[in-house]
Amino acid sequence: MISSDLNIILPEIVLSLYAMTALLVAVYTGKDKTAPMLTTLTAAVMALIGIWIGVSGGGTETAFGGMFIDDGFSRFAKVVILLSAAAVLIMGQDYMNRRGLLRFEYPLLIALSAVGMMVMVSAGDLMALYMGLELQSLSLYVVASLRRDSVKSTEAGLKYFVLGALSSGMLLFGSSLVYGFAGTTLFSGIIQAAGEGHVSLGLLFGLVFVTVGLAFKVSAVPFHMWTPDVYEGSPTPVTAFFATAPKVAALGLFARVLHDAFGGVVGDWQQILAALSLLSMFLGAVAAIGQTNIKRLMAYSSIAHMGFALMGLAAGTAFGVQAMLIYVTIYVVMNVGTFAFILMMEKDGQPVTDIRALNLYSKAEPGKALAMLILLFSLAGVPPLVGFFGKLYVLRAAYESGLAWLAIAGVIASVIGAFYYLRIVYYMYFGEEGEGLDSVKRPVLSVLLALSAAIMLVGVVNLFGIESIAQAAAATLVN
Amino acid sequence: MDNLLSIVTFVPALAAAILAIFLRGDDAASNRNAKWVALVATVLTFLVSLFILAEFDPANTNMQFVEEREWLLGMKYKLGVDGISILFVLLTTFMMPLVIAASWNVEVRVKEYMIAFLLLETLMLGVFMALDLILFYLFFEAGLIPMFLIIGIWGGKDRIYASFKFFLYTFLGSVLMLIAMVGMFMDAGTTDIPTLMNHQFASETFSVMGITVIGGMQTLMFLAFFASFAVKMPMWPVHTWLPDAHVQAPTAGSVVLAAILLKMGGYGFLRFSLPMFPIGSEVMTPLVLWMSVIAIVYTSLVAMVQEDMKKLIAYSSVAHMGYVTMGIFAANQQGIDGAIFQMLSHGFISGALFLCVGVIYDRMHTREIDAYGGLVTRMPAYALIFMFFTMANVGLPGTSGFIGEFLTLMGIFQANTWVALFATSGVIFSAAYALYLYRRVVFGDLIKESLKTINDMTAREKWIFAPLVAMTLILGVYPSLVTDIIGPSVEALITQYDTALEHGSAVNQVASH
Repeated sequence: MISSDLNIILPEIVLSLYAMTALLVAVYTGKDKTAPMLTTLTAAVMALIGIWIGVSGGGTETAFGGMFIDDGFSRFAKVVILLSAAAVLIMGQDYMNRRGLLRFEYPLLIALSAVGMMVMVSAGDLMALYMGLELQSLSLYVVASLRRDSVKSTEAGLKYFVLGALSSGMLLFGSSLVYGFAGTTLFSGIIQAAGEGHVSLGLLFGLVFVTVGLAFKVSAVPFHMWTPDVYEGSPTPVTAFFATAPKVAALGLFARVLHDAFGGVVGDWQQILAALSLLSMFLGAVAAIGQTNIKRLMAYSSIAHMGFALMGLAAGTAFGVQAMLIYVTIYVVMNVGTFAFILMMEKDGQPVTDIRALNLYSKAEPGKALAMLILLFSLAGVPPLVGFFGKLYVLRAAYESGLAWLAIAGVIASVIGAFYYLRIVYYMYFGEEGEGLDSVKRPVLSVLLALSAAIMLVGVVNLFGIESIAQAAAATLVN
Repeated sequence: MDNLLSIVTFVPALAAAILAIFLRGDDAASNRNAKWVALVATVLTFLVSLFILAEFDPANTNMQFVEEREWLLGMKYKLGVDGISILFVLLTTFMMPLVIAASWNVEVRVKEYMIAFLLLETLMLGVFMALDLILFYLFFEAGLIPMFLIIGIWGGKDRIYASFKFFLYTFLGSVLMLIAMVGMFMDAGTTDIPTLMNHQFASETFSVMGITVIGGMQTLMFLAFFASFAVKMPMWPVHTWLPDAHVQAPTAGSVVLAAILLKMGGYGFLRFSLPMFPIGSEVMTPLVLWMSVIAIVYTSLVAMVQEDMKKLIAYSSVAHMGYVTMGIFAANQQGIDGAIFQMLSHGFISGALFLCVGVIYDRMHTREIDAYGGLVTRMPAYALIFMFFTMANVGLPGTSGFIGEFLTLMGIFQANTWVALFATSGVIFSAAYALYLYRRVVFGDLIKESLKTINDMTAREKWIFAPLVAMTLILGVYPSLVTDIIGPSVEALITQYDTALEHGSAVNQVASH
C-alpha cells in the first residue's frame, strides 16, 4: 500500500530529494560558486518533472487515505507551475549573478517552494493543504529578502512574512472550525458533512476564514496590501516568480477547496468570490494608473488579473474552472514575457524600474518594443491577442452562472485598466527624444520575450489546444 | 476559388509581415521599398477583390463565398458577403491604395507606418466579412491597435490626448457589446451570424431593479450593441472623440477614419441591430431618430464656427452620419438603400476632403482656416477639385452626395415626417458651412506673404483624386450601380424585420392579456 502511495507522489519526492541532495553537495563543495550551475540544473530538473507529469497517464488516484489527490486538474496546474518556475529561474540567473545575489540557496528554495505548490494543488485534506502552503510560503519569505543589504528587500520579506503569517493564522482558524463542525479534515468528508443546499453556521464560518486565508495568497482585494510593496522590494527575478507560479498554485488550491470540500454549497461561497473578484478588478485597474514604477504597476496588474481569474471560479461550474485554468495559464505566459522585458531595462548597468525611462524605446530597440507592445495589448485584453480569449472564457463562465453584473463590471474595469498599459506604449512609441536605456544583449531574455509575444499572436488560431486539456482537467475537479 | 475572401483579407497582412521581417534599415532606399510594397499589396488586394464583385450574384440574398472552419469554444472562423457588406469590402480595398499613395511624403518611421496601415486594412476587411459574432468582435476591436499607433506616432501636436481618447472611448463602447454577444451565445447556442439573424431573442417586457424594460432582452442587447456602434458611427452625444482624432491624425489616418472606420457602425446596425433585435430596434427607434436629427442640426452649426479645417470636416462627417442612422432606422427600402449609399458616397467625399486638406497642409503645415485665402490664383487645379468635393459634400445633384441624402430623406419622410422636417434643414446648414469654408480658403485676395510661393498640385496628387472624382460622378448620375447590388439584400432584411415585428407585437399582446 505504502509503495503505491509513494508511487503517486513520486514527482514531489524526486524534486525534494533533488533539492536536499543539491543543498548538501553545494554546502560541502564550492557554495556560491556552484550557484550558476545549480540554477540551470534546478530549472532543468523542474522542466523535466513538468514534462514527465504532463505526459504521464491520466486518471484520478488518491494516496494516503485521500490526503493527496493526483488527477487531471492537479497535473495541469503542476505542469504550469513547474514550467513557469523553470523559465523564471533561467531568466533571473544573469541578473542575480551580475548583482552578486546568486547564492546557491536561491534555486533550491525555489525548488522547495515548487514542491509546496505541487502539494497544494494536490491536497485532499486540510492538513496537506496547510503543509503545502507553508512549505511554499516559507521558501518565498526568504527569497523575498534575498538582497540582505537592501532596506527595501528586507522590508518586503518582513512584510510578506508578517502578513503571510496572519493569513496562515486565519486559514488555520477556519480549518479548525471546519474540522470541528464537519468532524473530519478530509475534503471528501467535508463535502458530505456540508451536503447539498446550505451548510451549518459553524461550517460557514470556517469556510469564510479559509477563503480569507486563501484570498491573501492570491492577493485578492481587500487582502492585497502586501503585493505592491513585496513586488517592488524583492529583486526583479523574485518578483517575476511571485507573479507566476505561486498564483497558479494559490488559485489551484482555491478551486480545490471550494469544489472538493464545498462543492455542494456553491451558493454559499459564490457571493464571496464574486465580491473578491469585483474589488480586485477595480482596485487593480484604478490603483495602477498613478504608478510609475513598473514593478508596482505589474503588482496592481496582477491583482486585476487575479480578479478575472476569480470570476471564473465564482461561476462555480466546471466551465468556470476551465476558464480559470485557461486564464491563469495565459496570464503566466504573458508575465514571463513581460518580466523578461523588465529584466532588460537597464541604464549604466543598473536596473531601472521607472516607466518614464522607456522614452522612445521603440526607436532604439524596435524588436523588443514590438514584442512588449503585443504583450501589453494582450494584458489589456484587446483582441486578437490571446489575453482577450482568457477574458472571453471567464466572462462567458460568469454570464452562464447568472453573474452577468459581474461580467459587465469586469469589462468596464478592463477598459480602465487598459489605460495604464497604454501608458507604457505611449512612453515606448510616442515619447519625445531623450536619453534612453542601455541597449543590452541578453539572448535568453530576448528569446523568452519573443516567444511569449509570439504565443500571444499565434495562439489566436487554436490556443495551442489548451482548451480541451483544461476542459478535461476541470472535469476531474467538478462533478 | 474557395477562399477568395480569406485571400483578400490577408494579402495586406502578409505584406505587412514581409515588411516587418525582411525589410531592414532606415535609409531612403528602404523607405521607398516599404512604400512600394504597401502600394503593390493594396492595389493587388483591390484587383483580387474585383473578382468578388464579378462573381457576386445580387439576386441571391444569402451569404456568398462562404468559408467556414472550426475554431475555439464552438466558435467558427466564418467569412462571407451579401449585398449589404460587399460594397463596404470594395470601398475598403478601393480606398487603401489611395491612402498609401497619399502617404508618399511620410518620412518618419516609414516601415512601421506602412505596416500599421496594411494591418488596419486586413482588420477592416475582416469586420465586413466576418460571419461569426466573436470573429467580428475580434476584427472590430483589433482595428483600434493600429489606429491608436497611427494617431499617436504620426499625429499632430496633441496626438497623445487624441489617441488615448480614441482608444478608451471606442474600447468602452465595444466591451458592452462583448457582454451582449456572450449573452446571445448563451441564448442561441451559436455564434453564427446568419443563424442568429433568424433567431428569436426573448422580447417579453420585464423589469430590472424597478425599471421596466419594454422589449425585454432584445432592448438590453440592442442598447449594448448601440453603445458600441453609436460611438463608432459616431452619433451625438458620443461623437466628441472624432474631431480630436481627426485633427491629430495624419492625413492618411483621417482618410481611413472618415472613409472606412466610421462605416463599421452603420454596417453593424444593419448586420446586428435590425435583423437580430427587431423588437428592441422598434422600441428604441424614436431615440435613435431624434439623436440623428440633433446630430445633423447641432453638429452642422458647430461646424460653421470652426477655425480648423479638419475639425470642420470632422463635424460635417458627424452630421452626414446622422443621415445614415436616420435612414437605417426609417427601416424601409429607400431609407436603408439611402443609408448604404450615403455611407459609400461619404467614404469617397469625406476621404477626398481630408486629402484636400492634406494637400495644403503638406505645403503650409497649418490647418488654420485663417492662414489661407485666395488660393485660386496660385492653385487653380486644387481650387477646382476642392470645389467639386465641397459641392458633393453639400449634396449637389449629379454627385453621389445628393443621392444618399435624398434617399434617406425620402425614406424618413414616410416613417416620421417631423424628423424629416428637421433633418432637411441640415441640408441648408451643410451648404452654409461648406461654402463658407471654401470661400475663406480659396477665394478672396492672395494677401498672405507665405502663400505667394505656394505650388499647385503635383501629378501624383492629381492621380490620387482622379478615381475619387470619377466614383463620385458615376454614382451621382448612375446610382443603380449600387442599388442593384444592395437592393435584394436590403429588401430581404426589411421583409424579415417587418415579419418579426408582426410576430413580436403578437407576443406582446399575449403577454399583456
